[in-house]
Amino acid sequence: MNTQDVKQTVIGIIADQAMLEPGDIAMDSTPESLGIDSMGLVEAIFAIEEAFDISVPFNANEPQGSEFDISTVAHIVTGVEALIAEQRA
Amino acid sequence: MTRVVITGAGTINALGHDVPTTLAAMREGRCGISELEFRDVERLAIRIGGQVKGYDAEAVFNRQQLSLYDRFTQFTLIAARQAMAQAGLQFSGALADRSGVVLGTSGGGLTTQDENYRAVYEEGKNRVHPFVVPKLMNNAAASHVSMEFNLRGPSFTVATACASSNHAMGQAFQMVRSGLCTAMITGGSESMLCFGGVKAWEGLRVMSKDACRPFSATRNGMVQGEGAGVFVFEDYEHARARGAEILCEVIGFAMSSDAADIVMPSKQGAARAILGALQDGGIAPSRVGYINAHGTGTAANDKTECAAVADVFGPHADHLMMSSTKSMHGHLIGGTGAVELLACIMALRDGVIAPTIGYEEPDPECALDVVPNEARDAEVEVALSNAFAFGGLNAVLALGQV
Repeated sequence: MNTQDVKQTVIGIIADQAMLEPGDIAMDSTPESLGIDSMGLVEAIFAIEEAFDISVPFNANEPQGSEFDISTVAHIVTGVEALIAEQRA
Repeated sequence: MTRVVITGAGTINALGHDVPTTLAAMREGRCGISELEFRDVERLAIRIGGQVKGYDAEAVFNRQQLSLYDRFTQFTLIAARQAMAQAGLQFSGALADRSGVVLGTSGGGLTTQDENYRAVYEEGKNRVHPFVVPKLMNNAAASHVSMEFNLRGPSFTVATACASSNHAMGQAFQMVRSGLCTAMITGGSESMLCFGGVKAWEGLRVMSKDACRPFSATRNGMVQGEGAGVFVFEDYEHARARGAEILCEVIGFAMSSDAADIVMPSKQGAARAILGALQDGGIAPSRVGYINAHGTGTAANDKTECAAVADVFGPHADHLMMSSTKSMHGHLIGGTGAVELLACIMALRDGVIAPTIGYEEPDPECALDVVPNEARDAEVEVALSNAFAFGGLNAVLALGQV
C-alpha cells in the first residue's frame, strides 16, 4: 500500500467516525474539531488496526501521553505509516 | 422499619483467601496485583491483574462439584462458608423460608464460556460437557449458596456491571429492613480473568499495563481483579436475641441512573446516589468519616467521583477520607463492591482506614484526602461505599457503627 492509499484509508475511517464526507476532513483537523469523542477515537483506532493489520499503542486514559500521536489527522497518518514500516518490516 | 446488621463476612480475592488476611493486607497497603497466569496470556497486551493465586480448587471441592461450579461459583461458596461460620446461623423451618440470597456478578460463568467456545470453535470439537449451561448461568452461584445453606426465601442474581454487588446488597438490605426477610446472604463474585475476559476489556483501551493508581495524576487505567465477598445481613433484633457478634449496621442505600452515556460517568448521577444514601439513612453529611471510592484509576472515573463527593459534602469533603482499595485487589467488576465493603467494616469496627496505594502525584481534579499509600487510624461513625457502573447505573451503601 502506497502513502496515498494509507492517507485515503485513514481519512475514510475518520470521516466514517465523524459522519462526514472524506472531502470535509482537513489534514489539520483535530478529533475534537470533527466531533470525535474518546470512545469514537478508540473505535477509529480499532478500524485502523484492522485496515492495516497493525497494533496501535493507545490508552484512552492518557491520549496525549500515548506513543501514538492523535492530535491531528496529519499526525495520525504519519503515525500509521511509521507503524506499518515498523511492524511489517 | 427493621434495623439491619451484618453478622458474618467472608472473602477470597487477590489479597487473601479470607477476611483476616485481606484486612491485614489492606492495613499494610500490600498490592495483590501480579502477572496473570492462564492459557494464551501471551496473546494479550494487558498481562497484569488481581488474580487469586495459591488456590487449589480440588482441595476445596470434589470432582462432581467442580463439574458444576465455575470459578465464580467456587469463590462465592468459599466466601459464603466463611460468612455463615462467623454468623453462626442455621437455616430451617420458618427462618429458612424467610431468608434468601441475592448476589451480584457481571460475567457469571465467563471462564466456562471461554473454555467451551475455545473447544468448539478453535479446537473444532463437536461435543461439550453436559453441565455447561448450569455452570455458566449468572444465577448458578446464588442457587448453590441457597442449596448449601437451605435458604428457601427470595433469591436471585443482579447484574449491573461494576455496581452489581452494591445493587445486590442494597436489595438484600431493603428486604430485611422492610420485614420481608429475616436474614439474607448477599455480596457478589467475579472471575473474568481468562483470555476472552481480558481481551474484551483490552479493546476498550482503558486498562493499565503496569498498575492501578487511583486519584494519582499519573494514573493510566484500571486493572481487573477476581474473587468474591459474601455477607450475612440480619434483622438487628434477631441477631441480638441470639447473641450474635455484630460487625456493623447497614443504615442507608440509594441507586440512580445517569441516563446519559454507556461508558462515560456522570457527576450528577453519582452525586444523586451518594446524597440519596445519606437521605435514606437520615445521615447528616458531617457524620461521614470514610468513603470507599469506586476509584477505578481511569482518568474519567476518578475526577468525576471526586467532583461528585465535593458537590454532595461541600466544605465537609475536605474533612473526610476517601480511598480506593482497587489499587490493591484490582477491579472485581460485579464482585467489587462486596470486597470493598470489607474496607468499610474495618474503618467502622477497627478504626483503620485502608489506603490508596500506588499514589505518586496529586491531581488537582482529585483534591480530596485519598489516604495515599499508608493506612491510617481514625474513629469513623459512618462509612459509604460507592459503585458506579458502565451504563450509568450507580449504587451507594451507607454503614454505621452499632
